[in-house]
Amino acid sequence: MKFVQNIFDKTRPLVEKDGKRNILYPLHNALETMAFVPDHTTHSGAHVRDAIDLKRTMVTVIFAMVPALLFGMWNIGRLHFAAIGEEAALLDSFLFGALKMLPLITVTYAAGLGVEIFFSWKRNHPVNEGFLVSGLLIPMIMPVDIPLWMVAISTIFAVLIGKEVFGGTGMNLLNPALTARAFAFFAYPTWMSGDQVWINTKGGEVVDGYSGATALGDLATTVGQGMGNPATDAVMTQFGTGGHYSFMNAFLGLIPGSIGETSALLILLGGLFLVFKGVGSWKIMLSFFIGGFVMAGIFNLFAVNEFMGLNPLHQLMLGGFIFGMVFMATDPVSAAQTETGKYIYGFLAGFFGIMIRVFNPAYPEGIMLAILFMNVMAPLIDYYVVEANIKRRTKRVAHA
Amino acid sequence: MSQTFKIRKGYDIKLVGEASSNDLGKYSPLTYAVSPLDFPGITPKLAVKAGTKVLAGDTLLFDKDRPEVKICAPVSGEVAEIKRGAKRKILAVLLLADSEVSYANHCAFDLNRGDREAAAGHFSNTGVGAFITTRPYGVAASMNEQPRDIFVNGVQSGPLNGDLATQLAGKGEAVQAAINALTLMTTGKVYLSHDADVPAVTELQVEGATHISFSGKHPKGLVGTQIAKTAPINKGDVVWTLNAVDLPIIGRAFLTGEYAPEYKVAITGSKAMNTGYATMLQGASLNGFISANMNAENTRIISGDVLTGSQQAIDGFLSFGKAQLTAIPEGNQTEFFGWVLPGFGKFSTNRAFWGWLFPNRKYDLDTNMHGEERAFVVSGEYEKFIPMDIFPQQLLRSILIRDIEKMEQLGIYEVVPEDFALAEVACTSKLPLQKIVRDGLNDLRKEMM
Repeated sequence: MKFVQNIFDKTRPLVEKDGKRNILYPLHNALETMAFVPDHTTHSGAHVRDAIDLKRTMVTVIFAMVPALLFGMWNIGRLHFAAIGEEAALLDSFLFGALKMLPLITVTYAAGLGVEIFFSWKRNHPVNEGFLVSGLLIPMIMPVDIPLWMVAISTIFAVLIGKEVFGGTGMNLLNPALTARAFAFFAYPTWMSGDQVWINTKGGEVVDGYSGATALGDLATTVGQGMGNPATDAVMTQFGTGGHYSFMNAFLGLIPGSIGETSALLILLGGLFLVFKGVGSWKIMLSFFIGGFVMAGIFNLFAVNEFMGLNPLHQLMLGGFIFGMVFMATDPVSAAQTETGKYIYGFLAGFFGIMIRVFNPAYPEGIMLAILFMNVMAPLIDYYVVEANIKRRTKRVAHA
Repeated sequence: MSQTFKIRKGYDIKLVGEASSNDLGKYSPLTYAVSPLDFPGITPKLAVKAGTKVLAGDTLLFDKDRPEVKICAPVSGEVAEIKRGAKRKILAVLLLADSEVSYANHCAFDLNRGDREAAAGHFSNTGVGAFITTRPYGVAASMNEQPRDIFVNGVQSGPLNGDLATQLAGKGEAVQAAINALTLMTTGKVYLSHDADVPAVTELQVEGATHISFSGKHPKGLVGTQIAKTAPINKGDVVWTLNAVDLPIIGRAFLTGEYAPEYKVAITGSKAMNTGYATMLQGASLNGFISANMNAENTRIISGDVLTGSQQAIDGFLSFGKAQLTAIPEGNQTEFFGWVLPGFGKFSTNRAFWGWLFPNRKYDLDTNMHGEERAFVVSGEYEKFIPMDIFPQQLLRSILIRDIEKMEQLGIYEVVPEDFALAEVACTSKLPLQKIVRDGLNDLRKEMM
């Protein structure tokens, strides 16, 4: 690996403080530290250190996302060919999806890292690894046909306003990936919702009976129709065994939706990996699931429409719930930071997510809004948890 | 029967290079050094100058603000040089030792007299008071203070720490005398901790102390953990702490009046060619010893253990109060894609690597940082290594923003830097936790004085 090191050594004078291309220093440094774990040794405090670093943590999260990502690519192609009534082999579907997905990923990384590198240069600190994960999360929560420039602008907004204005990785209040999603959702609603955006149908005529709607979009049409109304039967049969949105299809991910969010099974697999690797907080995931289940259960008990009456477990398999639980709510920076706080934070995020989704069918992305809302509330939760510790300590003084 | 506390939070870093039972004999170099840098929180004033003849136990340095805090000569001889750094800061007092040590005449102390003030004077004048650290702040104790309690730490559970039974062998009488002297200093209790996971140390079965036992993982061997489990420190409390390995030195100072800070130093680490126990005095110049017993090439010599010890150059000295020397390889090499490769043989407290599958594996760790410094990102990480009722990350943040009131509320009085050492090793963001805590304590102390 000597020749790689040589390239870095040779180019370093160019980008160093007095070099001509100083603005590229953060990029140079980022690439070099990626290729080689630096030779820095301990100089204060403990003399030995754990092999873990932020790069390792982040790459572990990326590994966890890969199954859902690959499935998402295949699902894009599968839905596309099904919509235009063509038979396609597994590989064809996958390649079709991959070709849709790669530009999205590339644009997201380019836009986000561009902003990161600029701020690293301005602030004179190394490029942080946080965006490695955000940059892959953002394309996974977008609809397949979203124009690339919208992704770029959403990403830039998220990194700039969601993260850098607060001071960069570690200081942000909101989850950057969800900030990008929320920006796109409110700025370009026609590209982010409805029944035209989830399946790519270009290059063919759609077949009879084709519907591009998502499960949640269809469910939203049942609101206001009451329970057992024959008008909703057509929709609700899709949720029964053998229907488009059956529990099994939703669990496996064979439904339209944002690219990476559909397969609950593979996302849960990634979640298990994160918990097993000690990177994702099981406390948040578990309480998030329970929170959503409790809310969906309450709705189910007091249902006044078919949306509310949906089986609670089925409800949780739809939309971004599982994806939000595993990859969004668990972001350690924007989540609650105290262990007790994590239970409260996760529970409420899941609880509100289902509540928003069902009460306001215009916002099928209730999970996104709920997590962002709880991101803002997380410091407050932590405040009270820490305050309890302070009270305990003060009491001890009083007793002594 | 003593009470036993089980420490569940923590981690035992297992390294190769444990001290064997070999006796490496007595090592008496020509030069010794006493460094005020081993005593955080003192403003050193010199009591001697270059050329002064001193006896073992004569005062070399004292604290400007608290002159009763004295640091004494470990050997008799001549002051060879006062080593100074930037702004004439005193770095060390170098001594040229006599071939035969003669002791300053401090007289034996009649422990039955039970006079606190006289005992305080004896502690201070003989130099053994310097072994006592005071909490809050983790600085050398002033003998004029009345501590609430005194905690003597008899648990050595840090990486490659020596065996206390070997180090205290045959010194039972002096240990008892030291405990008797300490009981004079407080109206509270003198706690003496034991490691419940190793055979009891006969020399520590003394009277007059309240015995407490700890089992489980390191940091059971940190006195901060022991205090937190037994009688936590509150605002306004003063607690003294010292290590059991120092007791014979204190005892001897009371029994005979002689200051002889002699340890059976545990020689450890993968770069030590001969591990075992060498008898030497505190401040001994290590040059000759290293060349005879260690492979010094690209090696980090540490006075103490890898968590809290101080780095020494090849011509360095045995730091004050340290009964261990560790030699490990320097980690000044890069590693190609080290963060993404599986890394099967790597040491990590984190399950992101694989070491947790092999809990008994011993590692030959070097001093590489394994990454660059970052902001706090991962949460809930430090809590796993600090078995106290505090919020470590929140406390560290309050220190970083210099919020004195918040530091107090979050329990800074209960901690010293060493309590954060394990968390510092495990920290994903590679933050200098011990330094942050030290800075916080210094700021707080300045504010309070």
